[in-house]
Order: sequence, then C-alpha cells, then structure tokens
Amino acid sequence: MPSTRFTYAPAPESRSVVSLRPAYGLFVDGEFVEPRDGSMFTTASPSSEEVLAEVAAAGPGDVDRAVAAAARAQRDTWGPMPGKERAKYLFRIARLMQERSRELAVLESMDNGKPIREARDVDVPLAAAHFFYYAGWADKLAYAGLGPSPRPIGVAGQVVPWNFPLLMAAWKLAPALAAGNTCVLKPAETTPLTALLLAEIVQQAELPPGVVNVVTGAGDTGAALVAHPAVDKVAFTGSTEVGKAIQRSLAGTGKRLTLELGGKAANIVFDDAPLSQAVEGIVNGIFFNQGHVCCAGSRLLVQESIADAVVDALKLRLETLRLGDPLDKNTDIGAINSPGQLAKIEELASSGEAEGATRWSPSCPVPERGYWFRPTIFTGVAPAFRIAREEIFGPVLSVLTFRTPDEAVVKANNTTYGLSAGVWTEKGSRILWMAQHLRAGVVWANTFNRFDPTSPFGGYRESGFGREGGRHGLEAYLDV
Amino acid sequence: MSDAPKVPATPGELAAVAVPPPSTSGERARLAVQKTYKLFLGGAFPRSESGRSYAVRAANGAHLANAALASRKDVRDAVVAAGKARGPWSAATAYNRGQVLYRVAEMLEDRRDQFAELVASGEGVTHAAALTTVAVAVDRWVWYAGWADKIAQVAGSSNPVAGPYFNFSLPEPTGVVGILAPQESSLLGLVSVLAPVLTAGNTAVVVASELRPLPAVALAEVLATSDLPGGVANILTGRTVELAPVLARHRDVDALDLAGAPVDIEVELEQASADNVKRVLRRDATQGAWDAEPTPRRMLAFVETKTVWHPIGI
Repeated sequence: MPSTRFTYAPAPESRSVVSLRPAYGLFVDGEFVEPRDGSMFTTASPSSEEVLAEVAAAGPGDVDRAVAAAARAQRDTWGPMPGKERAKYLFRIARLMQERSRELAVLESMDNGKPIREARDVDVPLAAAHFFYYAGWADKLAYAGLGPSPRPIGVAGQVVPWNFPLLMAAWKLAPALAAGNTCVLKPAETTPLTALLLAEIVQQAELPPGVVNVVTGAGDTGAALVAHPAVDKVAFTGSTEVGKAIQRSLAGTGKRLTLELGGKAANIVFDDAPLSQAVEGIVNGIFFNQGHVCCAGSRLLVQESIADAVVDALKLRLETLRLGDPLDKNTDIGAINSPGQLAKIEELASSGEAEGATRWSPSCPVPERGYWFRPTIFTGVAPAFRIAREEIFGPVLSVLTFRTPDEAVVKANNTTYGLSAGVWTEKGSRILWMAQHLRAGVVWANTFNRFDPTSPFGGYRESGFGREGGRHGLEAYLDV
Repeated sequence: MSDAPKVPATPGELAAVAVPPPSTSGERARLAVQKTYKLFLGGAFPRSESGRSYAVRAANGAHLANAALASRKDVRDAVVAAGKARGPWSAATAYNRGQVLYRVAEMLEDRRDQFAELVASGEGVTHAAALTTVAVAVDRWVWYAGWADKIAQVAGSSNPVAGPYFNFSLPEPTGVVGILAPQESSLLGLVSVLAPVLTAGNTAVVVASELRPLPAVALAEVLATSDLPGGVANILTGRTVELAPVLARHRDVDALDLAGAPVDIEVELEQASADNVKRVLRRDATQGAWDAEPTPRRMLAFVETKTVWHPIGI
C-alpha cells in the first residue's frame, strides 16, 4: 500500500491565551470559594502528564451550600424573573463564549487531550450556539407545545462527562436556565477547567448569584449532588453503569431524571454509497475525539460486496492521520483522556484479539509521554465478540458485514443500546426505510457525529431517556 | 403451585352465585349460563398456566366470580406475546391504528349495560353512576383513537439545522409497556392507562385491578372483537404484588406505568426498572381523578424521539 503521508511542520496553537490559576475553588452563589469539607486534587494534561491546576473536590457540605444557593436563587430571582430578561442573560453568555472562544478551545484541548482543531471548530462554537438557541426560548416557553402553562421544575443537579466537557455543560445549563431553573453543575474529575472558565463567564455576564453553581470533584461529589433532597431534577450524561445506579438511587424520590448514556452505534455502508465520502464518515464516526463519543460509530456494518474495498480505503486513510500534540493544528488524533480509560481500551482491544478478530493499526509514531492509543480496526468480528457488544469509548472500530438491508437492520439493532446509527447510500428511499427500522435516537445519513442545537439528541433503550437539543430539550426542564 | 393462596370459593359455592344476576325473563326462571373469567394473552383466553384462580367479591362482599390468578410464567408469556405483536402494531399506519382503536370504542358502546353492571357491583356505586362512568370511558377511548394520526404532528418537529440536511424528529413507540392498572377505578382507570399506550403504538401487558378485575376481562373480550391484533394488549388478573415485580425486572419490558402500584412496593419496582433503563411513569397527585379531562401526557410518556439527518444535494 503506497504511503501518502505528507510531512508537516509543527503548528502549535499558543497556550498564552490561557491564564491558568494555580488552584481553583468551587463556584457557589456567584463566587469562587474554598471547599469547606472537601479536599483538593489535581487535573493534568493527558498529552504531557503535566499538572495544570489544583481543583477542589466538593464534600457533602459544599454540595449542600451550592444546592441551597441554587434553591434561593430559583425562588427569589431567577424563577420570578420575566422570561425576556432571562433570555438576555443567556444571550450574554453566548456572546461571551464567542468572544473568549480561543481561550476556551485551548483550555479544553489542554485539559481533555482532544485536538485543538476539534475543540476550536466543534466543541466551543456548538456550546455557544446552544446558549444562543435556548436564550431565545426563555420568553417563548408557552409556545413550545409542551403544555399551556409550563413552569420551571426548580433546582437541576447536572453531572457531565469528560469527553466534551464544555459542550456537555452547555447542553445541560442552557435549556435548564431558559426554562427558569437554577443549576448545580458537576464537571468530570479529569476535565474540570472549562466548566470553571464558564463560571467566570457567568460572573462576567452578571448572572444573579446562585443561578449557576459549579461543584468540582469525583463520583462522590456527583452522588451527593444527585442525592441532595433539594435537587428537583437530575440530568446525567455518562456511562450506562452509572446511569443505572442513579436511576436506582432516585427510586421513590419523585425527582425528575434524564439520562444520556452509552452506545454501540452501527455505521451502515451500502454498496451504492459514495466510497470516499463514506470512508471520511467512518473515520469521523469512530476516530473523532479519539472515539470518546457516546454516539460513536463503533460498529462498521459494510455490505459484503464492497467490504474489502472499504477496509482497504479505510486503512489507506488511517495511514494519513496524524496522532500527537493536541495543540498542534495539524493533529487529527489527540490523547486518551486518562490512564484509566487507556487501560480499559487496551483491555477490550486485547479481548478482540483473544476472541479471534484481526487487529490492524497504522504505523504512526506515538509520543513518549502521555496516554495514547493508535486508531485500530478489527476485521473478522463476530457479533458475539465483546468488541462488537461493549462500548469501548476509544478509537477502536469493529468491522462486520451484511448482505441485505434486512440483515443490516437486524445486526444494527442487536444491542442493548440505541443512541445513534449511520446509513451510507445514494438512495433516498432507502435512507428513510433504514431510519424507520433502526432503533436509535439519532440516525445520520451520509454523515456522522453531526450536532446542532435545534436537533434533539438522546437514546433508545439502555442509551437513556430524555432529549437534549431542540424544542424537545425543554421538556426535561419544565413542569407542564 | 405451592404458593397458591387460599381460594375461598369451591365450584359448589360458585354455582350458587349469579353473575350477572339470574335472568328471570320469560315464563319461568332459567338457570343462567355463567362465564369463566380468564386471562387475555396473545389474543386468546387461556386460564392461568398455574391452574389457580381467586374469588372476586362485590363491594358489598357478595361473591361475584372466580378470576384467573395469573402466575409469573403467565407474565413472561404475556411479555413474549407483546414482543411479537410490537413490530406489526408499531408499523401499522397511524390511520389504521386509529380505526382499530375507534372500533374498540364502538364495541364498548354496545356493551355499556354489561360494563355498568360490573362497575356497579365491583365499585359499589349505583347503576346510574356506573353508566355515567362507562360513558366517560367510551368517550375517552374515542378521544385517544383520534390521537393516533396526530401525535407525530404534535410531538414531532422539523429542525432548522445549520447545514445541508433535512432534519426531523418523530415520536416512535417505546415498545412493550407494563401497566399496573388503577386499583380503584376498574374500568375508567384501566381505559385511561391502556388507551394512551396503544394509541402511541406500543403493546401492553396489563395487570388488572386486583380486587375488581371483572371489567378488565370484559374489556379483553371487547378488544378481542375489535380487530386489535392478538398480543397487542394482554390482560392479566391476579395479585399485583406478585406480578408487578416480574414486569419491573423483565428485560424485554421497555416501560412501566405505576398507576396501580401498591404503595409499599413502588420503590422496589422503580429500582428494578433501572436494570434495563425502563421508562417509568410514576403515580402523581392528579391521577386519582380519572374523570378529569385527559392530556397527551400519558401517550408522550411512552414514545421515543427519533431524529433523522437526511442529506440535501443534487
């Protein structure tokens, strides 16, 4: 196979736009405060293992303070405020995010390990767009078609993951605030920094104290938040395992819950698909954000007649991907977010070999420091293999084949998940037929991993319930 | 089955009881033909596989009939039947679903007197009051039937995404829904929880009111003669505390309606539901008032929103 690798001079984005403090407190009632019963931990860059800052791990008392501030603000300021005033605050946040977009993008890339190109072109603009979209809903809730007199639920406890730290915070905060709720946000342990920068933006936007609170910490902090009796609504994005534990723990509490959990999406390529476009879509589907994407297209279902051609083209394309410094503007594949996640990916990839699949990775060099995993393709995968059933949450693609549309549907739906699916074909009627039969909350046709604030996103089955985005996204935050 | 409860009525006792009251029309009293109350499962009317039954009493304590005492196995069989019926029912056109459901209302209307008898004796209300309740139940079924081809328009959307895609969202049925029917309101309550689930395109496994199951069995007979495909609605009679946990734990049940859940096992049912991330519709403060006008809420609790990105290009 001829190598088509070009050489590129490094083009690193400057870190100088980010001014990191040595230590960050919790954002409670409009101010950054020291933890009272919590402790401090560090967050590091997964690409260099360099410690970026110390961050507070909120204890139960800290969570209680934040929830109390949110409840006060909901009752006294944010709840009674006319929707058109709330809207203007959210428009302000959207604008401030746009103004500080470079800073947010660089910090996201540093703390998460994702390529700056993705943070800059996807995470940050989409996060700002989300605030802009929901800002406009704040004074139009009665027209959302959810009920004649929608009311806020109260205090929302929101726990977000490390794969899209800022974007997931925006997905949670924007609709909740537009609907008149106040929020306590718990960012992931390994990626707290952009949520704290967002808290600064909230300060700059002069939101009333307590409307948005950020409590950093690990699973304990999240559990304390979810369990707090004054939290009326819980929104969680993360693993199916933790989601189930949260659903179980909320039994009998009457709290409202939405869950956005794992996935094992099928990306289905028919023999009439535009091949090079499909190959780009497959790469974007599974290698975007190092595969740390709940809706990642981790199962490639390719029609048997073109399977060899697709896999060959895919390998050729993977040889051109550049893995390395996330801040380099040429980088395609960044660092794996944490050593724990790397170990999980390695374990599952080993199981693929042990169960008899054929493993292939491009020959790209891997930096010495940091956590890295080469893009990996498994062929000869049977549906029963762990790599075809379990969410890997890493840059690992399992290739399976099918002969007929019916078989593709059966194989695609043969999972306990149901978050997303992809269909590649030039035939419009087939796209819609497939979309009808796939049990998944989002179906992309001739594209993948595309998001928009107007477009509802969320899962079927064990991928969770509730939708984020669009008119539907308001429902989770309103009593109707 | 060793765990069968005491069954008070022997066949001898049963013969002495008349439901409906013995017909005395005509020249001389004639011995009424009594009905065996059975389960409704996969479109058929089997007895419980366990062979058990239990005595159903009127509000005044009089023995009315024996109902089948469904077992855990009956629940599992019903879930299988509902699972098989799911594909065709959810794929039926909305217009067709609406017509089938409207047909149910027609059949109900025909049998208003029979239902009024059962409601009056079971709930201890006057025949006139029961007739009113039955009328509300029939009208409610008509109300839902009319929703079948409107939910997608009301709950769906086209989404103006920033890119060359036609992006739209549609509600789709969640799948197999377990329903614990209200305990007090034996017909109107049941209709109020079953109709929205079916209208939204789901299939259902219903545990009828434990103490007042007879209207549910009569409703099954209506469903069976209304072109509703077998397995779309399955109705079990028996002990809710025994059957509900089986539904809550079952991995092929996609959602659970707790309308008639006994208070002391409600938390346990919610917890068990988490094992496969079931959608759970809890009881709420308003649900007791089954004669209140319904809203689309109970249908929307059992749909999933699917969003499709369809490319635009030449």
